[in-house]
Amino acid sequence: MRKELERYFRKDKLPHIWCPGCGHGIITGAVIRAIDNLKLDQNKICIVSGIGCSSRAPGYMNFNTLHTTHGRALAFATGIKMANPELKVIVLTGDGDCAAIGGNHLIHAARRNIDITTIVFNNSIYGMTSGQYSPMTPKGAFATTAPYGNIDRNFDLCKLAQSAGATYVARGTVYHVPQLIKLIEKALKHKGFSFVDVADICPTYFGRKNKVPTPVAMMEKIRDMSITVKTAEKLSAEELSGKIVIGEFYEENALEFTEEYAKIIKTAQGGK
Amino acid sequence: MGKRVMLMQGNEACVEGAIAAGMRFYAGYPITPSTEIAELSAEKLPKVGGKFIQMEDEIASMGAVIGASLAGLKAMTATSGPGFSLKQENIGFACLTEVPCVIVNVQRGGPSTGLPTLPAQGDVMQARWGTHGDHPIIVISPSSVREVFDMTIKAFNLSEKYRVPCILLMDEVVAHMREKVELPEELNIEIINRKKPKASLPDYKPYKDYDGDGIPPMAAFGDGTPFHVTGLIHDETGFPSTDPKVTENLLNRLMNKIYNNLDDIIEYETVDTADANTVIVTFGSTARSVLRAVKLLRQEGFKVGMLRLKTIWPFPHKAINELTQTATKNLIVAEMNYGQLIETVKASADGVFKVYGLNKYNGELITPQEVIDKVREVAVNA
Ligand SMILES: Cc1ncc(C[n+]2csc(CCOP(=O)(O)OP(=O)(O)O)c2C)c(N)n1
Ligand code: SF4
Repeated sequence: MRKELERYFRKDKLPHIWCPGCGHGIITGAVIRAIDNLKLDQNKICIVSGIGCSSRAPGYMNFNTLHTTHGRALAFATGIKMANPELKVIVLTGDGDCAAIGGNHLIHAARRNIDITTIVFNNSIYGMTSGQYSPMTPKGAFATTAPYGNIDRNFDLCKLAQSAGATYVARGTVYHVPQLIKLIEKALKHKGFSFVDVADICPTYFGRKNKVPTPVAMMEKIRDMSITVKTAEKLSAEELSGKIVIGEFYEENALEFTEEYAKIIKTAQGGK
Repeated sequence: MGKRVMLMQGNEACVEGAIAAGMRFYAGYPITPSTEIAELSAEKLPKVGGKFIQMEDEIASMGAVIGASLAGLKAMTATSGPGFSLKQENIGFACLTEVPCVIVNVQRGGPSTGLPTLPAQGDVMQARWGTHGDHPIIVISPSSVREVFDMTIKAFNLSEKYRVPCILLMDEVVAHMREKVELPEELNIEIINRKKPKASLPDYKPYKDYDGDGIPPMAAFGDGTPFHVTGLIHDETGFPSTDPKVTENLLNRLMNKIYNNLDDIIEYETVDTADANTVIVTFGSTARSVLRAVKLLRQEGFKVGMLRLKTIWPFPHKAINELTQTATKNLIVAEMNYGQLIETVKASADGVFKVYGLNKYNGELITPQEVIDKVREVAVNA
């Protein structure tokens, strides 16, 4: 770790609970580097998470941090942002946390375009509860609750976020770290609901169940499956299957929720 | 602002009381018979610089309320039966993380969607034990519109003082009833705010009992001292621990901060209990019928009285105990449910009194006549 990044970590809480080879540390590191690059005020950042291996990240990060209930981080974050719009509010969430139990909150936080940055640690599995399938687990993959192969269909979280109203939408991976840092920086700078889905790895459960032997092999798989947004534009749906499309999908300047509410206060107080 | 006399609905008095108490954030999801509380909060909060949001469901509402409170605002949500069930997990989060917040539950007939527009008092036990695990909670229940105003303020004050969620357990009757009320002058309203850490505290520990009263001072996110909050069992620094001693100490402190202050928290009212042979224990809107019945029965010479619990949880054992010093032999517990509070009253009376239930759970009120009939029946049996 670079010396100047140490102040962003709660060093006395390390080592972390994550397994060797887990991708969650890479994403946590990318968030920290993005914050450092932007020179954001540490005291004015509030990082909120749900429940899962990924949601333990805020505990290691030296900011105002809140570890909530499973799936509900965005709801808590909405209250925080409304109460104090000066805070930079960041939600760190797993794919189960965000897309299953928290799916509804994602839709509505995006719809409101409230100024919160959401980063999904998307390892396509429930890590913390030891390897059950999530809504992001590909069809045919194995999980402890899909011993015969998963028949649920997964979906594209970025498309969901965008169609619900998110005004910055991007995807990165734990393999392409410099790009990931840039995407998170863009998300943090964006005013409105920004969403970064990060293709992540869980060697302990997804890897073992699906016979990807090592974390390195999982990383290589991510590298090989990744294609840019530009390349993807030229491909058919069939050609796209099994690919991870990375880069920026959407960016729009739109009215932000807490700013709109500030106008309501003005009106209610007689336009002072 | 001077005294204000007006005709007001219970739900309206709740919002007036909340704003007077300092509520500056409301998150909710519409549900009968609590909806007016959301509507009026939406209208009134921005006028005082406060904030209202209609969330996507009750789970989210409860989460947003806790978030806003952690960011320094006094926050409230209101709901009814089904929504109250949905809030429970996050209410438990607020209990463990000691985040002040007020939850209004306007009780309606249940279970499930039940009787959405009709009154009940069926959430007595859910208010106490709705969320999982051992936890402290304060539950208070008003019987009149003016009392809704006062008790909403009290709910905020207790919640802020003890850093515990406070549930205002209303029922459909009190919520929708209109009464002429005189609201107190704002100057005369006692307002309690959460204890803040002294600015000088070097390396603030969010769950350290600095003052020895079991209530840690509470900073807000953004105050300048970053801190961590988790729903896992935590030590005084706020970080997770599975140490049995840390766990036990935390749970003991959470309980003791309430149970060491029962005299400050608990309120009840007695009517004609001094010489009463039979006392009717009740709360909420049912107390209105009981009061009427006691008056009529007294005219007939019955030695009957009323114990009205304003605080339901922690249970006012002291009030039951006081009756042992009187001539009271029989207790009748009148409640609009199949019999919930009666079990605790029985345990509290511990064989000293004969305890009878007067229960109604068909969406109709317990009438004064029904109370009178029950008292007569008990008198004959006794
Ligand atoms: C209400 C509730 N239901 C279920 C759980 C159990 N649970 C804890 S974490 C988790 C899934 C976590 O998966 P994900 O969000 O993908 O994060 P990961 O552990 O993979 O980082 C589940 C189901 C819980 N804590 N709370
Ligand atoms: S179980 Fe999976 S997600 Fe959890 S720490 Fe281990 S590798 Fe990471």
